[in-house]
Amino acid sequence: MLKFFRGKSNWQLFGLLSPGALWILLFFNLPILIVLFISFVERGRAGGIKIPPVYTLDNYSQLFNACVSEFAGAACDPFLYIGIFGNSVRIGLIVTLWCILLGYPLSYFIAKQKPAWRDALMILVIIPFWTNFLVRTYALKQVLAAEGLLNSFLMGIGIISQPLDLLFNEFAVVVGLIYGYLPFAVLPMYASIEKFDHTLMEAAADLGASPRRAFWRVMLPMTMPGVFAALVLVFVPVVGAFITPDIMGGGKVEMIGTLINRQFGVARNWPFGSAMSLMLMLLVLIGVIAYFRSSTEETRRAM
Amino acid sequence: MASNEFAVEMQDVVKQFVTPEGGILAAVNHVTMQIKENEFFSLLGPSGCGKTTSLRMIAGFELPTDGKILIHGKEMSQVPAFQRPVNTVFQQYALFPHMTVEQNIGFGLEMKGVSRAERIKRVGEALEMVRLPGMELRRPKQLSGGQQQRIALARALVNKPEVLLLDEPLGALDLKLRKEMQLELKTLQREVGITFIYVTHDQEEALTMSDRIAVMSKGIALQVDIPEAIYERPATKFVADFIGETNFLDGVVKGQNGTTVEIDLVGTGIVYVESSRKFTNGQQVTVAVRPEKLRLNNPDDKDNNLKGHVEEVIYIGTDTHYGVRFAGGHKARIREQNVTLAQKTLAKTGDEVTMSFTHTSPRILTE
Repeated sequence: MLKFFRGKSNWQLFGLLSPGALWILLFFNLPILIVLFISFVERGRAGGIKIPPVYTLDNYSQLFNACVSEFAGAACDPFLYIGIFGNSVRIGLIVTLWCILLGYPLSYFIAKQKPAWRDALMILVIIPFWTNFLVRTYALKQVLAAEGLLNSFLMGIGIISQPLDLLFNEFAVVVGLIYGYLPFAVLPMYASIEKFDHTLMEAAADLGASPRRAFWRVMLPMTMPGVFAALVLVFVPVVGAFITPDIMGGGKVEMIGTLINRQFGVARNWPFGSAMSLMLMLLVLIGVIAYFRSSTEETRRAM
Repeated sequence: MASNEFAVEMQDVVKQFVTPEGGILAAVNHVTMQIKENEFFSLLGPSGCGKTTSLRMIAGFELPTDGKILIHGKEMSQVPAFQRPVNTVFQQYALFPHMTVEQNIGFGLEMKGVSRAERIKRVGEALEMVRLPGMELRRPKQLSGGQQQRIALARALVNKPEVLLLDEPLGALDLKLRKEMQLELKTLQREVGITFIYVTHDQEEALTMSDRIAVMSKGIALQVDIPEAIYERPATKFVADFIGETNFLDGVVKGQNGTTVEIDLVGTGIVYVESSRKFTNGQQVTVAVRPEKLRLNNPDDKDNNLKGHVEEVIYIGTDTHYGVRFAGGHKARIREQNVTLAQKTLAKTGDEVTMSFTHTSPRILTE
């Protein structure tokens, strides 16, 4: 360590890296330790934690058995929270799948254009990022509302006579999440497809593979790193999402994110919120590790 | 296989592309040629001459704008690439990087539904054929350029195609390996008895390997013939210039006596050239003659003898090259083989010399 500081360039390196490292240490690592601490203590009456702290494992056991809570009534469902975790993972998988299914052909289409067009189309994909996420979600809500654009249009052309229930249900949440996270799927898949050497498709055709078989045997395996990257980039934030389920679900669709949000808000149960946050982190971490374990050297490098 | 003597026929084939500026470019412009069964046929020409486009149309990667392509008598316009009885060796090999050598070579067989056991056997045989046995489990990345080239060859040949298409397959190899592979490819072609269509811009490569060559320029097949004919009897100035080295002496026809044509190389002198073609008096022609067919200071009454001045002398070991300039502005390059050990150069820069050639050695070209 001391040896490191003898070289002048090493001092420069230290100077350059310190602000970033300090930032992460102060505003990321330290808060996680605080959250970890809070998850193992009892809650305070009016929010926060009991002072002096009383250590407990109840926050975690409550997660696996909702009836542990002091507020649990007679009709409590012990698997309430596990169910919400499962629901979040399910919605996460559905959204990720749709983002990949919709994003792959779109990425392919853009990658096949002439370079000038390609850049223009990619900018169109990225432009939504320049608008506030909340604003976009509210805008989408207006589209799906009972008197919203979509229903008015469908009724106007006479396909339906009654407005469809498009809002405040899981469908709305899934649509909102796909809408919000599609660009995250397009970017890595586009990068993979754009790099893909199309001569390989000609080689496959030359060897007797129909376009369909050539896609499954050559193009998809070779662009898999982009698909995996899309999977991680979409799934991780979607499982923990809370703004979209809150606005689009109207409080009727519960996900981990909305649940955690509530613990730090109206429920004033910081310790339980902390425990859930850490469980969510653990869940995502396990997923990512499993992915890295199963992926090849090549797919890892593409990340 | 259809009872047709031609493996591949191109009938008045045109391929047009739209250029980025919106114009139309004819990459292949009314090409007609017949490639015979079991022939080693080369498409030779500079880049942009349409040779690769022609090959791609035979493979089915491009469709002709006009004209027909037949493989063993069967018209191909409705047959997609994956159903054509041809296989291609690509310029950059296009091996599948995510597959092993075995999976690469076995890919075509797998698509045909050949059983796994049979595939393993035939992949092994194909690897023997290209002298890379035991490479089954390697990945393309782990192979050298020369090895990748052989795997690409094995991957195509294992399918026993009716025609093998090769798109400058040796282009990425170094010179020594190229030379080795040239002979090896030729031997292999004789062994497997498959029609090879070989695209190259390297005239020496084409001359070495081919049974017949099509010289292409600007989308047109200028001459289709055996290597000797292409070299000795080039049809146009372009062919004469592209294949080997040629001196062009412009002149005017003064008369014709049977097969002997009298040509005035204006200002330089009169020459007589044998030709079976008919010329009219006053016609502008070019006398094309190879440097090795010219003699320096070895005048003979029966030959054409022209007096000029030596402009440069270049000694290149086996030969010495002399650049000679004539009074009429004509220039010629003479190649004299250094036959004896202590060969003295026949002339120095500035010397007046006589250049001679027989009546039969030049060609009279009109285009």
